[in-house]
Amino acid sequence: MNTWFSTFSANAFMPIQGTEIAGKVDGFYAFLLISSLISSIILIGGMTAFIIQYKRKTATDKTAYITHNTMAEFTWSFIPFVIMMVIFYWGKVIFNELRTMPQAGEEIHVVGVQWAWNFKYKNGIKQYTKDGVTKENKIGNVEKQVMVVPYNKPVKLVMTSNDVIHSFYVPGFRNKQDVIPGRYTAFWFKADKLGEFQVFCTEYCGLQHSQMPATIRVVPEAQYAAWLDSNKPSAASNDGGISEVAQKGIELYENKCRSCHSLDGSRVVGPTWKGIYGAKREFESGASVNADDNYLRESILNPAAKIVKGYPAAMPPYAGQLSDEEIEQLIEYMKTVK
Amino acid sequence: MSTVKTEDGHFHHAHHFKNLNHQYDSAKQGVWLFMVTEILMFGGLFVAYLIYKSLYAPIFHVGSTYLDVKMGSINTVVLITSSFTMALGIYFNQKNKPKQAVIALVLTILCALTFMVIKYFEYSHKIHLGLVPGKYFNNPEFQQKVADFINAMPIENLTPAISDINNMKKIAPLYFGFYFVMTGLHGFHVVIGALLILWVTIKTARGQFGSEYYTPVEGVGLFWHIVDLIWIYLFPLLYLVG
Amino acid sequence: MAHATQSTTIVTSTEDNYLNHEKGIWSWLSTVDHKRIAVMYLISILTFFLVGGIFALLLRGALFNSGENKFWSYITPEVYNQFMSYHGIIMVFMVIVPGIPAVFGNFLLPVMLGAKDVAFPRLNLASYYIYLLGATIAGSTLFLGKIDTGWTFYTPYSIKTSTSVIMAVLGAFTMGMASILTGLNFIVTTHKLRAPGQTMNKIPLFVWAIYATSIIQILATPVLGITLLLLGAERALGVGIFDPNLGGDPVLFQHFFWFYSHPAVYIMVLPAMGIVSELISTFSRKTIFGYTAIAYSSLAIAAVSFLVWGHHMFVSGQSEFAGIMFSVITMLVGVPTAIKLFNWISTMYKGSVRLDAPMLYAIGFLFLFTIGGLTGVWLAATGMDVHFHDTYFVVAHFHYVMVGGTLMAFTGGIFFWFPKFFGKMTNDTLGRISWVFIFTGFNVTFFPQFILGAMGMPRRYFEYHPAYEPLNQISTVGSWLIGFGFLVALAAIIHGLVAGQKASANPWGSKTLEWQAPSPPPHDNFPITPTVTAGPYEYR
Repeated sequence: MNTWFSTFSANAFMPIQGTEIAGKVDGFYAFLLISSLISSIILIGGMTAFIIQYKRKTATDKTAYITHNTMAEFTWSFIPFVIMMVIFYWGKVIFNELRTMPQAGEEIHVVGVQWAWNFKYKNGIKQYTKDGVTKENKIGNVEKQVMVVPYNKPVKLVMTSNDVIHSFYVPGFRNKQDVIPGRYTAFWFKADKLGEFQVFCTEYCGLQHSQMPATIRVVPEAQYAAWLDSNKPSAASNDGGISEVAQKGIELYENKCRSCHSLDGSRVVGPTWKGIYGAKREFESGASVNADDNYLRESILNPAAKIVKGYPAAMPPYAGQLSDEEIEQLIEYMKTVK
Repeated sequence: MSTVKTEDGHFHHAHHFKNLNHQYDSAKQGVWLFMVTEILMFGGLFVAYLIYKSLYAPIFHVGSTYLDVKMGSINTVVLITSSFTMALGIYFNQKNKPKQAVIALVLTILCALTFMVIKYFEYSHKIHLGLVPGKYFNNPEFQQKVADFINAMPIENLTPAISDINNMKKIAPLYFGFYFVMTGLHGFHVVIGALLILWVTIKTARGQFGSEYYTPVEGVGLFWHIVDLIWIYLFPLLYLVG
Repeated sequence: MAHATQSTTIVTSTEDNYLNHEKGIWSWLSTVDHKRIAVMYLISILTFFLVGGIFALLLRGALFNSGENKFWSYITPEVYNQFMSYHGIIMVFMVIVPGIPAVFGNFLLPVMLGAKDVAFPRLNLASYYIYLLGATIAGSTLFLGKIDTGWTFYTPYSIKTSTSVIMAVLGAFTMGMASILTGLNFIVTTHKLRAPGQTMNKIPLFVWAIYATSIIQILATPVLGITLLLLGAERALGVGIFDPNLGGDPVLFQHFFWFYSHPAVYIMVLPAMGIVSELISTFSRKTIFGYTAIAYSSLAIAAVSFLVWGHHMFVSGQSEFAGIMFSVITMLVGVPTAIKLFNWISTMYKGSVRLDAPMLYAIGFLFLFTIGGLTGVWLAATGMDVHFHDTYFVVAHFHYVMVGGTLMAFTGGIFFWFPKFFGKMTNDTLGRISWVFIFTGFNVTFFPQFILGAMGMPRRYFEYHPAYEPLNQISTVGSWLIGFGFLVALAAIIHGLVAGQKASANPWGSKTLEWQAPSPPPHDNFPITPTVTAGPYEYR
């Protein structure tokens, strides 16, 4: 069944499936296509049949006087309703999968600007169109931006915009997400095909909206690691795989956090930073959360909001004392402390 | 064909209505429907206000301290009074007492003018202090007060957004954006209302209404009551939230 | 042919009708006769349709070539973005939203109800001038700073662009005002001016459709009003509500905008469905199947339409939960729509069907709206919409329902009621030829766009990947067929006006009240108010 569906939909104009989820979307698409075809045949076929069969013969034709049929009304309300609920549910399941971010995986930062996509890797690699490291083939006269990613590993994109709303669309992954200034949105995928996948901006953003494509290049893991290594920015800002951003975080840690938080698992005053990112946190209130970017940010700005169970409410709030950038640096550093 | 009084003192209804009462009922329904649209329009504005107030409470709290509650209260009393005099204007027209009706309606217009004068003082004071929407805002003291307010807030009430004091200082003028748009749109309706009341006052003075026909007065009255009602929501939301 | 008519009042034909009742241009410009106002709207709307259509042809012409070299060197990305914006603004605000209510609602509502006019004739004339004022204000942007935001005006781009957005939104606001006043007029007319004996379950389905539409107009348009005002304030004063640099949320604009614009699409399509009910019944010479179901489904669609706006925003950053809620409620809106389709087709069963030009257009509606409606269900499914959002699939979907739906019904309505409006018959052959070109051209233009969307082509693209070129070229050729078809339709109308055969009161043998009045009707519609004794579809 699945094979038949995916073969059908692969021929029904969809791009090559770059991920497993794309295959699921295509299966759904095939269902929609077939059920719509059947519905159309019933409706349009019925209409055509009636037009032919009941064509007017004389100027004084008598017609049947049928005002309504409640059973029919119910039937053709109920059956479409059921089918639509099925469609709703199937779509919901797929949507959930598209939008549930992976726990681990490569994280790449994406910034949409007028009119290019900028990619920032953990180790400091930046792919910018205008002054970038890599320029690849063009569509027409527009240079494509390239995002290199590993095969068969989850990749999470943390995205924002510097100016207006754009949208990051990968037809091959059947996925897209708007990028919004002042906010972060996320997009994830696990590419299970090697090769290049087209990226389009798909929220109208002004003059060169149609001229900011990009490419996701899926390469084997080893090749990806090699690429990361050979392209990383030169010496000064690098230290054993820690990104430039996290480097700055180290300095802040030394000055502001070291007195209460250890890096090696020992307890000082507050929880250790060893393995802190993504760790489960249980609070005095009984609630719990996984320590993600939002939680960590809140804990720095307003630690009293959530006190980890077993620890004192002793941390002062850093609201007003650390800039957004500094907080980002600290969080990036925390992510490296394993 | 408008409803005119003929020489014999009777009113003629428009030809597509059965009688004056039919016309009156239809006109009232029309005015009510229009009021629904006004309420929905201001409603959208209130929704936007409530969203931002819940996101950025300190800005709204501090901002409201910059509003003159005294002037706002006087304006509230003025508008409520004007609704009363408007109702009197309708009542006297109903009772075929045009002279008293004119007095009541003129009082209503005077109330409206008073409202606008007080508003003028409020606005010019704020403009003078640079307490205006974003583009032209210039009052660092307000921004600092917002910062101070946040610093004095109990920790458990802070959200990540509010904790970002630098950002909150930057976006503090948002309060005055709302203030001017909401009171400005309302004030625009007060002016329109005053003009409409002037129109029916003139018609009353010319003896063009009577107990058989006073529909425009009632229609304008309904509009005026809604304008008053909107202020009764605006006033506490903007002035008293602090 | 002794079929029961809706009323037994006989109205004799006279030479004096609404067209020659008073002469001179001023008598037209100052008229409060709903029929004359309808004709004035018709002229304005057809003119704007022509302009919007020319923008469409220019757009599609530009899209014939995938690269930056277009058929006309004037078309740069900047110009393309303007064409795209004006095509949308003109078609949405100046043509399709007013469209059927302003022309057919105005002309027919009172006549179908047995009334002499709408409830507020002077307000009706004012609405027309307010509409023209709004169109003028919006049109002035062509000279002040051509709009390039798209008709949707999304922030922050619409805040930052240097084009005359404030004038554009002022124009749209004003046109919205006209829409509100028309809706208000129609609601009171329907409530208060029905002829004796005409209960709500004896009014034609076209009236039900206009009534439901008017409710949407009253409730939704004010929210557009405040949204546009706030956008203007944001640009002029930096209020900060939508601008992220000032603390605002750009996505909030989308919520506000679609809160109106989704119900607005039902303002566009419900009246068309009303026309279809009339056409199918008349040209099948059979009583409409499921009158009550169709009537109530219009109200149901109107009500539910207010709860689904977020289905335009599944990938906007809106929460997953909100997306799911909007998705399931959108599915609900599909049910009353399906009910209508089944009821119309059942009307033809055991009827006596003749494919005059108006009926061809009604059939065209059924065919094209089926496709448009079904693809709407695809888009309502969150998981599927993620791929299709902002691609040509969506463009195809909404053109199928708005052009294949509303415009088909509008044109069918023109051919159907032409004798009533002008006292002459159009040449049916010309009408049918126009249909062939429009129907064929429409499918050639827009069906490939479903495929383009599946293949991943984004919308609002000046330049696109060469792989999409063949289908784009087919689509462009289709647009020429549509253009030609509408020219033939225009020729049919002009020919009808100039040389059409004189029309009887009821050339189609229909049963609704307007066909009991002469063609064209006298100034007062009915010299004596008719008494309604039967339903509107008593073919027996």
